[in-house]
This record gives sequence, structure tokens and C-alpha cells, in this order.
Amino acid sequence: MMLKTIILIGGPMKGTRFRPLSLEIPKPLFPVAGFPIIHHHVEAAAQVEGMKEVILIGFYQPNDSLNRFITQAQQQFKIQIRYLQEYTALGTAGGIYHFRDQILAGNPDYFFVMNADVCGDFPLKEMLKFHTSKPTGTFCTILGTEATRQQSLTYGCIVENKDTNEIMHYVEKPETFISTTINCGIYLCSPSIFTPLEIEFKKNLEQNYNDDEPAFGCDYNAAPAKEVIRMEQDIFIPLASSGKLYVYITTQFWSQIKSGGAAIYANRHYLDLYHKSHPERLAQNAAGQPKIIGDVFIHPSAQVHPTAVLGPNATIGKNCVLGEGVRVRDSVVLEGAVLQDHCCILDSIIGWNSQVGCWTRIEGTPNDPNPNKPFAKIEANPTFTNDGKLNPSITVIGSDVQVPSEVIILNSIVLPNKELSGCYKNQIIL
Amino acid sequence: MKALILVGGYGTRLRPLTLSCPKPLVEFCNKPMLLHQLEALVEAGVSHIILAVSYRAEQMEKELKSVEKKLGVTITISLETEPLGTAGPLALARQHLTKDNDPFFVLNSDIICDFPFKDMIKFHKHHGKQGTIMVTKVEEPSKYGVVVYDAECGRINKFVEKPQEYVSNKINAGMYIFSPAMLDRIELRPTSIEKETFPDMAKDGELYAMELQGFWMDVGQPKDFLTGMCMYLTSLKQKNSNQLYKGDGVHGNALVDPTAKIGKNCRIGPNVTIGPNVVIEDGVCIKRCTVLNGAHIKSHSWLDSCIIGWKCVVGRWVRMENVSVLGEDVTVKDELYVNGGRILPHKSIGDSVKDPQIIM
Repeated sequence: MMLKTIILIGGPMKGTRFRPLSLEIPKPLFPVAGFPIIHHHVEAAAQVEGMKEVILIGFYQPNDSLNRFITQAQQQFKIQIRYLQEYTALGTAGGIYHFRDQILAGNPDYFFVMNADVCGDFPLKEMLKFHTSKPTGTFCTILGTEATRQQSLTYGCIVENKDTNEIMHYVEKPETFISTTINCGIYLCSPSIFTPLEIEFKKNLEQNYNDDEPAFGCDYNAAPAKEVIRMEQDIFIPLASSGKLYVYITTQFWSQIKSGGAAIYANRHYLDLYHKSHPERLAQNAAGQPKIIGDVFIHPSAQVHPTAVLGPNATIGKNCVLGEGVRVRDSVVLEGAVLQDHCCILDSIIGWNSQVGCWTRIEGTPNDPNPNKPFAKIEANPTFTNDGKLNPSITVIGSDVQVPSEVIILNSIVLPNKELSGCYKNQIIL
Repeated sequence: MKALILVGGYGTRLRPLTLSCPKPLVEFCNKPMLLHQLEALVEAGVSHIILAVSYRAEQMEKELKSVEKKLGVTITISLETEPLGTAGPLALARQHLTKDNDPFFVLNSDIICDFPFKDMIKFHKHHGKQGTIMVTKVEEPSKYGVVVYDAECGRINKFVEKPQEYVSNKINAGMYIFSPAMLDRIELRPTSIEKETFPDMAKDGELYAMELQGFWMDVGQPKDFLTGMCMYLTSLKQKNSNQLYKGDGVHGNALVDPTAKIGKNCRIGPNVTIGPNVVIEDGVCIKRCTVLNGAHIKSHSWLDSCIIGWKCVVGRWVRMENVSVLGEDVTVKDELYVNGGRILPHKSIGDSVKDPQIIM
């Protein structure tokens, strides 16, 4: 069997809720548990037998960080990886249709489609087994999971035939409750999916021609690209009940990564998955070594003083330096950051090459899912409350920020290249 | 000579500390507040001290027995059955104050300064009238009652409460010396010495003001307690700098009891008082704080502008600031942030106090 995987990485205008971290590198390359988000996707894909190629589709300009990622991942997973750049944002299916010849080259039997802004313990092999057991002519299997009734409204909702797992009804972000089964943004497609894609594409084209009567004052630049196809609204909704769309439901870890807070949540779960997949990546307690509580990843090049205490859920990036008595919990410390003696980092992300002074406290407020609510997902809180105050969130320190000694930075977001001079609470610092 | 100290009631302004200890016995710079005054009075030749209290404090009486012996003075407790204000206690203690014809001192118990008792006696005898009050200069007189007096001779003309327009920048410093004749002006009822007795004496030309030199602070509430501590340590540095701590990691003025233990890589000071039997673990930073007897501060914590009560335990990587006050035997768990928290005795704090509040 010959397989391919497409990872939809989006583009620079996307991922705004991930700012300021996505100002520095494309969000799909943000490291979670020590590796770029899509590294985990590629790893899951590479483990499926017959996987020949991973194609990244997006609308980022080719850049160093993406090239470096591709080179590194190709070597590590011994698989071909290519980046295909859309000329503009084509929607979640438009890019796939646009690059159909590339995708279909070599006649793959099936191909996975993975959105880059999700994370999880992806059951790709199980999906493949499930998909191949369905009648020939099946277009697509969607990975689904359970959500709470309330949270389901912010996802694509799926109603299935419980006996056959056929999708009977699909609706994207409904206003009223439809189903607690939600779309995980991971699909397994048969090449025949290009049939409905082509129909949709041509329909769009026709419509655009008909609409394109030269209306006076029409803004041509703002007109949507004719090739935009949205997988969910344009393909899944009409295909529901056609017998060609199935859902495979997982109970394993899955989450969206929209905000910085979600990255810390994802970090915790990927570290947990390492117990099974990469136990060697988890730091161990040893004499003369920093104290480790729970799951911690420390990049081999990081220098951590033996009196430091890390974890649970801490990731220390490449070339970081952590001084005496530094405490890091539920946080991600990115490459090149320096944490000086006795500082305390809780529920925060410390940006690349930032410096935190002695006895400084950097603290955020986690917005993890309610552990007492089955199937609860991370809340997508708006940045501001109704009365205009900043919603408490994790603290994010952008790259190359200098935080002085003995201050507290609480529930704040600091944009890159700042030299802070005092304490900040519940603020965005431009 | 005699002195009367107006101790008054429960010291509510210094709670939660005064829930465990009568205010006069709360240690200010490692010495009970009252003892600062008693020692200075004895130094000036006072042999009989009357404490005007409006509640029974057994703990205090017991404590005072040993102080009496140590200082060689008589201490009498004059107990009010109802609060008598600031003048009434003088009438209540009249029998003690009129034993001889010598002038006597009256002090508010919350005052910390370089007590100039000998100079007061001299000044008082020189003008020969019924009363002398110490005055001190303040920056914002509009917040206080000010004293208007003749700069040459010191005779007081009038008192103005919270002046809207500048009339004087001198306020009553809460320390007086009176001749026994003045007692005839006070009846045994709740009376304010500032609002009733003094204006009356001033009208008769019987009240003089003497300006206090050096620092002065009313340390009756936590914020001022810490400010007063800074002033006291600065004064100590000038007069008696060998009493200040000179160990590793000290920055600026710090007073550390010899029985306290301080770990490695700490930064202590400026303006820190550490009481007996306190344990400070490694890598702790303390600034502008008072740490009382038996408290334990664990590694890597950072404390600024706090009062840590007796036998408290502050966990590792705790950040405390903004006039946080821990009552007796409070435990603050690891990694918490306490911002302006007032924590009542025997509490264990497991969640951060991110904004100033009282934890019952």
C-alpha cells in the first residue's frame, strides 16, 4: 500500500491568537515537548507502513526555519518531505485541490490530511484499518472525539449512524446543540475525494464568473480567490448521508492549539506520551542533577544548575541556562533563554533568548480543561473580558526580552525585544 | 520621676500581630515596643512608670515583672473599666502622679524616635509653665492637626485640625511633660487631651512646644511600623553601627539576632530585622521586612515590605510584598504569591493572595 500525508500549515495571517510567539516562527514550528508541533504529526505519519511522502501545504513564504525543519525531519524519519506553497490562502481543501497532481503522483492508495493546529496521540494506523474496511468508493474518514455539550458548539459537529459509523449530518460551529462528537481536523481520504473537490471547484468558478459583472466600485483586490474550498463547509456538509463519509472516534488525547495556554496543555500531554514513545526524552532524577518532578524535557545542550527544581510539565529548550535555585513548573522555556538564580517560572512561556533576572517571578493562570468534566477541552477564552480587562491567561514573554531582577510579571503578554523595568500584572506590553 | 504611657486598647490597627500579643510587647527592631520607651525613660531618671490600659492583658503583666527587675523601676498598671480617651487616664492615675511635685512624662505608646527626655525636662523647667509637648515636622501638614507656636520661646498659640491653608508644619509628636498642677484641668471621664485639654492650656499660655530632632514615627500600623523600622535602623547606623549585622549577603542596614541562622547566597537588606531563632534558608532575598521570633523562611523566597509573625513558615519560591503581614504560626505553602495579604494567626495558605486582602 502506498500512502501520503498532507499537513495543512496555514500562513502568516493565521495563528493570531498565538501571538507574540507566532511573530517569530510559523506557529506549526513552535516547539511543544521539545519538538515543533508538526514534528509530532510527521512522526505519527512516518510510523504508518507504506508512508512515502509528507507534503506540507501552506502560504508561508519559504523561510529558513521551515527549510531547517524539513531537512531535519527528512533525515530523522527517512521520508520525503516537501513544502508546497499556495499563492494565497486557498482554504482547508483549496490547497489540496490545487496541488492534486503532486498529491496523486505515484498513485497513492490513500492520503491523510492533518491540520497543524491540533495535537494528540493520533491513531493513524487505526484510522487506516477502519477506512479500508468501509465500502469501496468511500471518500473520507474523519477522526472524531467526544466534547462536552457546551464546548461542542465551537467545533465541527458530527452525527453518526452508531451501527455503521457513517456520517449522517455534519455542521460547523452550530448555534444550537447537535452532537458531542466533534471533528479533530485529521482525515484519511481516498483519491476519489478529488471528485467532489472538482465539482466544488468548478461550481465556485462558475459562480464567480456569474457574479463578476463589473459592479461599479467593486474592490478586485478584496475579492476572495476563486479557488477557495473549505473542506468542512463545502465538502463535508453536502457529503453527509451520502454513504461516502465516515467517522472514526478516538478516546485518546487530542486538543487544538490555538493559544499559548493550549501549547502548555499540549506540552503536558506530549510529555506524558513520551513514557510510551520516547522514555529517553524524559529527564530523570540523579545525584548532582536538578530535581525533577513529574514529566520534564531538558534539551541536552541546556545548562541547568543542580539546585534547580523542574516540573511537573516543564520543557527547557536548546542552549538555555538555568541558574541556582531556579524553579520551573507548567512552562516552556524556549531556545537560548537565561533564567538567573532563584527565579520562579509558573504557567508561562519564556521566549527565545530572553533573560529573567534573579528572584523574579513570572506567573500565568492556566486555562486547562476542567479535570472533573469528562471530555472537557481547553477553553478558547477571548483575550479580553466583557468589561475590557485582560482575561487571566498564561504569561508569555516574547523573544529577546530582558526581565529585571526581583520583579513579578503576572498574567501578562510581553512582545519581543522589550527591556522591562518593573512589575506588570494583567497587561499586554507592546 | 514618673511617666504615664497611654497603651489603650486592643491595638486593632496592628492586627493580625496583636491577636497573639499585646501591642506594647510586639517586637520592634528586636525589642518590645514598650521597652524602647521604658529604657529611655529609665535613662532619663524615671523610676515609676504607669501603664494606662483599657483591657486586661495577663501576658503583659507577667512580662513586665521581669522588665521591672531588669530595669530597676516600678511599673503600675492603671486599668480603665471604660475607655477614657487620651486625657481621662491621667485623672485615673492622679494618685500616682501627685505623689510628689515633680513633673511627669506622658507618652503615646506607638511612638518611635530618639527619645529626648532629658532635654524635655530641661526645657520644661526653663519655661516653668504647666506643660510641654514635643512637636515634629511633617511634609504634608494638611493631613494632621498642626501646632502653631512662637518660634522664639515655644509658647503655643493654637491648634489647627487638618489645615487647608498652610499655618505650620509641626504636629504633636505624642510625648509630653506636665507639672502636676495641670491635672486640675482633667476630669475623670472620657476626654481627649489633644482636642480638649491642650487648647484650654494654650489659651491660658500654659503650654509650650519643643521641636523634636531626628526621626519620629507612629508605628501603630503595619505600613508605618516598617517605615519606622527603616528610620530606626538608619539612626542605629549613625549612633551604634556595631549593633548592625555584618554577615555574608547583607546589603545596607540589617539587625539580626545572634541566634538566627542565615543560609548561603542570601541577600539580606536593606532595612531588615530578623528576630531570635529565625531560620533563613539558602538563596533568600529579604528587603524592608521584620521577621519575628522563630519564623522559618525557606529557600529562594523573596520578601519585600512584610512582617512575618512568630513561628511562621514561608515556603520555597514564595514572593511576598506590599505590606503583607503574617500573624503568629502562619504557613505559606511553596511557590505562592502574597500581595498585601493580612493573614490571621494559625492559618495555612495554599493559594496565592494576588490582591491585598485579609485572610481569616
